[in-house]
Amino acid sequence: MAGIVGYGAYIPRYRIKVEEIAHVWGKDARAISGGLGVKEKSVPSLDEDTITISTQAARNALEYCGIDPQKIGAVYVGSESHPYAVKPSATVVAEAIGATPELMAADYEFACKAGTAAMQTCMAFVDSGMVDYGLAIGTDTSQGRPGDPLEYTTAAGGAAYIIGKKDTVADIEATYSFTTDTPDFWRREGEPYPSHGARFTGEPGYFRHVRGATEGLLEKTGYKFDDFDYVVFHQPNGKFPMRMAKKFGIPKEKIEVGLLTPMIGNTYSGSTPLGLAAVLDVARPGQLILATSFGSGAGGDSFAIKVTDKIHKNPRPVKDYVERRSYLTYGEYIKHRKKIRM
Amino acid sequence: MPHRKSLASVWRRIPQRYRMESTMCETCGTYFFPPRNFCPTCRRKSKIKHYAAKGTGKVYSYTVIHVPQEGFELEIPYVLAVVELDEGAKLTAQLCDVDLEDLKIGMPVEVTFRRISEGKGGGIIHYAYKFTPISGQNK
Ligand SMILES: [Zn+2]
Repeated sequence: MAGIVGYGAYIPRYRIKVEEIAHVWGKDARAISGGLGVKEKSVPSLDEDTITISTQAARNALEYCGIDPQKIGAVYVGSESHPYAVKPSATVVAEAIGATPELMAADYEFACKAGTAAMQTCMAFVDSGMVDYGLAIGTDTSQGRPGDPLEYTTAAGGAAYIIGKKDTVADIEATYSFTTDTPDFWRREGEPYPSHGARFTGEPGYFRHVRGATEGLLEKTGYKFDDFDYVVFHQPNGKFPMRMAKKFGIPKEKIEVGLLTPMIGNTYSGSTPLGLAAVLDVARPGQLILATSFGSGAGGDSFAIKVTDKIHKNPRPVKDYVERRSYLTYGEYIKHRKKIRM
Repeated sequence: MPHRKSLASVWRRIPQRYRMESTMCETCGTYFFPPRNFCPTCRRKSKIKHYAAKGTGKVYSYTVIHVPQEGFELEIPYVLAVVELDEGAKLTAQLCDVDLEDLKIGMPVEVTFRRISEGKGGGIIHYAYKFTPISGQNK
């Protein structure tokens, strides 16, 4: 059975407060922050993008497990903010960690769930014996149009998972996906910012697909919600995953450990992988984790993950990245995100 | 600091720019960065071997750039440093995610992977090493 051999996270150092953005647009900061359940969001440095964040997360995953990068047979990078329209992020990341040239590699896109789709691909490669280790990464440096509600949450970060069979620190017991064509969110080629079909964002998008994937996983495995010690749901804001948990009767304590959006914003493809990494940082052997991602367009990937006795201290825990922060003014933020064209 | 050069010359230096691969002389134990295929001390007795730097070191000296070269206008002020690697080689590189008031000689740094520059009008993006204060040194 394929499992997680190593994992690594990375979150850029800069933050902007929701309050700072709201002031610029003359909005009620407290109402917006409270409504979204988000206090601040991460902002990449000028020299950071999906490729650099993915590379840092992958290096951290290698540091965690100590495997030889030459043994990695597949690299898949999931993101909706790949720096190139044509030219893979995966080749640069693979070269930077020393995994080339005997390697399968490609980029994935599925709004916020491209990272978990990459994990499923690596699981299949490992289970079929095609590779010993696969590297799956979910990263984004998402952008919202200035003044658009998305601007309060679009953030940057990512996590990398080395999937294999030997010395797993957590076994992926099962995965289940739920997919439909839903017009909740999209971005056309050449457009710098996404559009959203507002009436499709909540129930027809997020809730239907997270519920569909999660319930499918429970049916497939026979697990009940009570069997899980921790739960991670995709977190476009601080409210949706809490509401989903409440509907399922999952207590708050089980979801809070992996809920990072209130402090770092929505990292899109990085969101569920980062939440899972935060849980793995504190999980003990034998504990069971439920993780369900969501990607607009739309679909959800759900996983049942059991922690093994090989789990050990993460030398670069998610908590350290969350706490390492330096604040930007709106003006500095505009410069950081290259929203001005020179 | 890696400068913008031709596509081919940048591509040839990918092992050096992405993974800090270089060479050392086994005869006298000197580590080079960038790589040399001849040791200036041992000359004909040079025994050149490949190595990859661990990526940790300290700031040997630094300068803060306020007048940028073309393409770096948004980044000013930025820091260029001579970093002394733990292996002993010294190289010039950009320091990133550092507060100017925290800068000091001897500051422990580690390698990170960043965008260096991008060609105008949809050109290729160049990636390479930069250095950043070791976590906990700069919060
Ligand atoms: Zn020598």
